[in-house]
Amino acid sequence: MNSNLKLAWRNLWRNRGRTLITVASVFFGVLLSTVMSSMQEGSYSSMIDNVVRFYSGYMQIHHENYWEDKTINNTFVVNDSLLEIIQNDPYITNYTPRLETFALASSEDKTRGSMVIGIDPERENSVTQLKKWINKGEYLKLRDDGVLLGYDLAKYIDLDVGDTLVLVGQGYHGISAFGKYPVRGILKFASPDLNRQTVYMELSNAQRLYGTGNRLTAMVLMIESQDMLNRAMKSLKKKLFPPYSVMSWSEMSPEILQLIEGDRAGAAMTKGILYLLVGFGIFGTVMMMVLERRRELGVLVAIGMQKGKLALILFYETILIGLIGVLAGFAGSVPVIAYFFNHPIVLSGSAAETMIQMGLEPLMYFSWAPEVFYVQVITVFAMTVVVAFYPVSKAFGLKVHEALRA
Amino acid sequence: MSIIEIKNLTKIYDGSTVEVRAVDHIDLSFEQGEFTAVVGPSGSGKTTFLNMLGGLDAPTEGEVIIDNVDIWQLNSRKRIDFRLHNIGFVFQAYNLLPVLTAKENVELIMELQRRPKEERTERALSLLEAVGLGDRVDSRPSKLSGGQQQRVAVARALASRPKFILADEPTANLDSKSTENLLDIMENLNKEENITFIFSTHDARVMKKARRIVTLEDGKILSDEIKQP
Repeated sequence: MNSNLKLAWRNLWRNRGRTLITVASVFFGVLLSTVMSSMQEGSYSSMIDNVVRFYSGYMQIHHENYWEDKTINNTFVVNDSLLEIIQNDPYITNYTPRLETFALASSEDKTRGSMVIGIDPERENSVTQLKKWINKGEYLKLRDDGVLLGYDLAKYIDLDVGDTLVLVGQGYHGISAFGKYPVRGILKFASPDLNRQTVYMELSNAQRLYGTGNRLTAMVLMIESQDMLNRAMKSLKKKLFPPYSVMSWSEMSPEILQLIEGDRAGAAMTKGILYLLVGFGIFGTVMMMVLERRRELGVLVAIGMQKGKLALILFYETILIGLIGVLAGFAGSVPVIAYFFNHPIVLSGSAAETMIQMGLEPLMYFSWAPEVFYVQVITVFAMTVVVAFYPVSKAFGLKVHEALRA
Repeated sequence: MSIIEIKNLTKIYDGSTVEVRAVDHIDLSFEQGEFTAVVGPSGSGKTTFLNMLGGLDAPTEGEVIIDNVDIWQLNSRKRIDFRLHNIGFVFQAYNLLPVLTAKENVELIMELQRRPKEERTERALSLLEAVGLGDRVDSRPSKLSGGQQQRVAVARALASRPKFILADEPTANLDSKSTENLLDIMENLNKEENITFIFSTHDARVMKKARRIVTLEDGKILSDEIKQP
């Protein structure tokens, strides 16, 4: 072993109890911040996953004016070249077409404004698992002429499976749109909004109702994971030209991103305070280590040790404390996070109800992403390096004759 | 021939109201092989004088020339290096590294000089043997008595093959038997290997062994007496 390291290592254990307490503070700092980050990132991923898989997909292709002015006139035609781009894109794993617009949904006595969504039943189910929300009746089949109603909408207009729904609205370029459709099933979503206003019908039916031909309002696109979103967006943007435009889920639902960013900032402050406590813990120990050995440090320089070498030994001592604590914290956090990654915490009570109402699973997920680990490890270690400059500065500023009198 | 020339050496401490002349215009020289005691009452400037002589505390004025090198003209880095190769130190409180064994403490200074491992080990063992600690080479300072620790400190001071050894009150913390023992070792090294010792002391037993006694008072040389053999 390098002689400086050897000396630093031995010095570290001169006061075994103090060193162990300091190492423990680093260990718990890393462990807590890693578990906290894992829980946080796991929740965000779950939230994004829910948003994406529930309705919006990771990306959507629209007509370039659609997002600013969501009318049925801002629709686009899916031609062969667009399909080819989608099917050949290396990032896109699945897609489903939609035609979304508004209409009045009526029964014999009652009417309510509704969102009509024309879908390819099989594709839609493979992307959003729409079928699982069927509460009564059955899911749509290919070329089905029926509709699926949101639970509260069906209740309000007093329709049940087998009854007839009348839709009245405005079609492509102002034409009148009306039709009557048998109710095939009732959907009971976790989201009250969707229960209140959705009407699903087969895409070709919707296109006929609104006179759009084979036009769509959106092509919903799925990719492997959130990690690939930026690359997938970049790749697709290069290939799509007006009148097409592509948007990511975060552009379509900025409130989710803002929620995540806000929460991250709050958690960063908590972690900052934790890091600060750990940092002061290390600093206190290092300060004591230097002050109580002032005379010894003076002797070393007196007998011929260069201050640079002395500084290096003191630097190693601090770094070793940090390194042991950080590695132990990392080793300790791996099994904890591995367990919770495989066994998410099941929420109960009002927390669970709130999540269900938001359309989320009542589970607290943990993330296994590498950055959850290395960010904490690097941060705490970097803090140790910063603290290590204190003994270094003390070594370089040492006045030998004063130190010998200490 | 002088190995140390001290010219007009002065140290003034600026107190809040009055300046203190700890060492006041001292001119002195030391020959190779001297066994000199610097004596004087507390506050007479012995330690300050030795610190300036050893390159540890900067003089306000004057020169310390060792082997034709004015050590206070060297920069800090070079002065540390000069100390490493030319001056051995023995301190009143031994000041061994508690985490190193006796052998490692002696080896450390040679390691700083980048001497080969074999040479370091061989010399450390022979020096510890010479100071009567051949059987305690692997003991840490906490397992040694005060007298034994001071003998390790002497071995450490000798390890770098210095031109002279400065010892600041080396027997102040020792009992009479340990003092006697240490003085015998230092005297033998001085006589047999012609090693120069300069030490500050209050101890009458040390003064009795010394062949030259420089007495300081109020930072000035009161007397400089060379004993006849």
